[in-house]
Amino acid sequence: MARNVTNRRKAVVTVLAWLVGLAIFFPILWIFILSFKSEGDAIKTPFEVLGSAWTFESYATVQERSNYFRHFWNSVVISVGSTLIGLLIAIPAAWAMAFVPGKRTKDVLMWMLSTKMLPPVGVLVPIYLLFRNLGLLDTRLGLVIVLTLINLPIIVWMLYTYFKEIPGEILEAARMDGASLKNELIHVLTPMAVPGIASTLLLNIILAWNEAFWTLNLTAAKAAPLTAFIASYSSPEGLFYAKLSAASTMAIAPILIMGWFSQKQLVRGLTFGAVK
Amino acid sequence: MATKASRAAARLMISPAVLLLLGWMIVPLSMTLYFSFLRYNLLMPGMEEFTGWTNYRFFLTDPAFTAALWNTLLLVGGVLLITTVGGTLLALLMDQPFWGQGIVRILVIAPFFVMPTVSALVWKNMFMNPVNGLFAHVAKFFGLQPYDFLAQAPLGSIIFIVSWQWLPFATLILLTALQSLDQEQLEAAEMDGAGALSRFFYIMLPHLARAITVVILIQTIFLLSVFAEILVTTNGGPGVASTNLTYLIYMQSLLQFDVGGGSAGGVVAIILANIVAIFLMRMIGKNLEA
Amino acid sequence: MGRITLDKVTKSFGEVNVIPPLDLTINDGEFVVFVGPSGCGKSTLLRLIAGLEDVTSGQIRIDGEDATDMPPAKRGLAMVFQSYALYPHMSVRKNIAFPMKMAGMPQDEQNRRIEAAAKSLNLTDYLDRRPGQLSGGQRQRVAIGRAIVREPSAFLFDEPLSNLDAALRVNMRLEISELHNALKTTMIYVTHDQVEAMTMADKIVVLRAGNIEQVGSPLELYKTPRNEFVAGFIGSPKMNLIRGETAAQKGAATIGIRPEHLAASTEGGLWQGTVGVAEHLGSDTFLHVHDHGLGDEPLTVRVDGEMAVRHGDRIFLTPDESKLHRFDKQGLRI
Repeated sequence: MARNVTNRRKAVVTVLAWLVGLAIFFPILWIFILSFKSEGDAIKTPFEVLGSAWTFESYATVQERSNYFRHFWNSVVISVGSTLIGLLIAIPAAWAMAFVPGKRTKDVLMWMLSTKMLPPVGVLVPIYLLFRNLGLLDTRLGLVIVLTLINLPIIVWMLYTYFKEIPGEILEAARMDGASLKNELIHVLTPMAVPGIASTLLLNIILAWNEAFWTLNLTAAKAAPLTAFIASYSSPEGLFYAKLSAASTMAIAPILIMGWFSQKQLVRGLTFGAVK
Repeated sequence: MATKASRAAARLMISPAVLLLLGWMIVPLSMTLYFSFLRYNLLMPGMEEFTGWTNYRFFLTDPAFTAALWNTLLLVGGVLLITTVGGTLLALLMDQPFWGQGIVRILVIAPFFVMPTVSALVWKNMFMNPVNGLFAHVAKFFGLQPYDFLAQAPLGSIIFIVSWQWLPFATLILLTALQSLDQEQLEAAEMDGAGALSRFFYIMLPHLARAITVVILIQTIFLLSVFAEILVTTNGGPGVASTNLTYLIYMQSLLQFDVGGGSAGGVVAIILANIVAIFLMRMIGKNLEA
Repeated sequence: MGRITLDKVTKSFGEVNVIPPLDLTINDGEFVVFVGPSGCGKSTLLRLIAGLEDVTSGQIRIDGEDATDMPPAKRGLAMVFQSYALYPHMSVRKNIAFPMKMAGMPQDEQNRRIEAAAKSLNLTDYLDRRPGQLSGGQRQRVAIGRAIVREPSAFLFDEPLSNLDAALRVNMRLEISELHNALKTTMIYVTHDQVEAMTMADKIVVLRAGNIEQVGSPLELYKTPRNEFVAGFIGSPKMNLIRGETAAQKGAATIGIRPEHLAASTEGGLWQGTVGVAEHLGSDTFLHVHDHGLGDEPLTVRVDGEMAVRHGDRIFLTPDESKLHRFDKQGLRI
């Protein structure tokens, strides 16, 4: 904005924007506060909650009682694993579509997008049965496979939009310089696309981390990631607000931080490059 | 840059992605289709037999189906309405200059990164619980009767929770779109005598049209499959008051072990999603060209 | 060695025929310029030679060896691109080293060549910078450095100067010419600028719509253009083309006379007209003459040194009969 805005108007907007922002953020702030309270204090009225003593005990209890870190590790393996495999499959595909476009490239991209529109529940039964017969139920491998497949279209699309911005002449120069296709991808394309690949990676870890259909339906205890672990709090016993808050805080904190870092790319990734 | 060699390489490079997705589509889809014509219950193994359209007849005439269809439409429509209108207003607010813009932006987009099970459980327990929830405390503070949100307005409560999760997404996309609007256009309009409202309706809104389309498309894809929020808050109840199509099919398949019936439901869900998808892809396809 | 032969080469994109059957021989050590208006197929032709596009039919031979189906990496050619196509994530040193690294050349040999190239191109102080930190002219030199260290059998230049400002362009033109004199390697240079073609080439190939209109040395093209197109394209300012009665008197459909072959006088001459715009450059004066009764187009005249005429003055013109070009109805030279 090149124009001058009066400070009074700016002050009004500031107050309004902060009020709205805090209201939207409040639930997250609230569980963060509750996670440092004892179970008894956590159910009291808001003023009493704020006035009560601070403690780390819920964090310790969550870890002791339910082996929190195993689920955390499951989430890490599943989200990072599926994203890395997805990238490995998607980088060559996106290269091909961005730099050697054919008549059908656009159709293939649209088709990939359309597989994202398949409601997961439509294939729940066969996947469940296939997994049961293959012994993949409640395994991290099984979830890595499923999440790789469901996020593959997004990875391809994101990479495609990033690759499109790299001038083809540079890849041709590499070819003239004697680089084989492999070297062209490794020494020229990938390093140039690092920012794009990094944001694709980040966004997909976030999506996979928060995926809550397949993770809930295909795991029981062993391979359950945090989404499924947290869901076990839906049938509560006794007082559990502080424990739920502690578990939730730990479950969302890493992704919240990653999300804040990737907010710019998020828009582009989730809109398949349609909004930049 | 296309030689025979590079085109051959391109085909080779693209094929793993295409084959995997093709397999991911065709294998389960054809199995769903096949199962939907079988009498197949996991509790009665070995009793599978071909039953024709029976599963479909049962599924489509089940009153729960009609209810679930309505709930799905209300859920998707409600959330879309709240998030696009709310997101536009929020984006307009955040596009103004104010102190702490970066921080407020971070606060506003935070809910999007909260996993669905966490947000649903937090709203259910810490806020909507009629005894210990924050809303109950507030109501009592003002001497009002606490309201049991999830029992008395289950679908509305779920719409509210899901909207909280998706509002940041809509806001972020619309804000990005708004920031790409040429300031000189607005200044030109102001010189031409357009007031704030006219500027919004004649300049900003048309500029946002594409972003709004995108928001609607992407959200619809995800909202048709809302599952975890229902599972951990109401279990679809009371009765089927908050059961959507996804949850109904899940119950039939994995809770009642009725593979045949669940598969028929799955096929119906796919057909319905496709109707929406074709409609929306055409919209976004047109928009993507521009 | 770098003798390149094109034998009945054609290229079509789908239905569109970009290059009809075309034969061309480029001798070892020659500086050949492909020139023509945009869309004439000159860049496509260069990319065919580079191997970045497949020929639809025909054969390309490099030093007698059939290179038609060779990948670009195997052809032993180096290319300088219009956008320079430097690797933005590598330092200047790594950019120049890249082709040698790909060829698996020993490290000390790589360093020796990098130092030599950097010295001759005035890049020594910039070796550790990234391309983004360099000016346009420096980037251009890095691109050339990257090409010369490979000691290719031929250099391909795709409009390499079009992104530079006018002053720098003149400089780089000289540098490339000097480079050619020093290396004596075959160079193929694509441009739409006939001044570049005239000043640099041993041999100019004028292209239009994929067809070779004429091949020859700059002065051959200047003195004996084979047709009206080449006559109008080569030379600056453009040749005056006169049709109708005046041409018929000379037994031609069109006659052409270059601005420098028209003598201007305020006293008398064969043709007369009114001065429109007079451009006084000091070394020469360009006059645009209207109302000369020879056609609708103004005649351009180049006068050596200064001539005191102004807008609206009456002027007489006399063509140098020996420098008159005559063309038939098809536009071919008579």
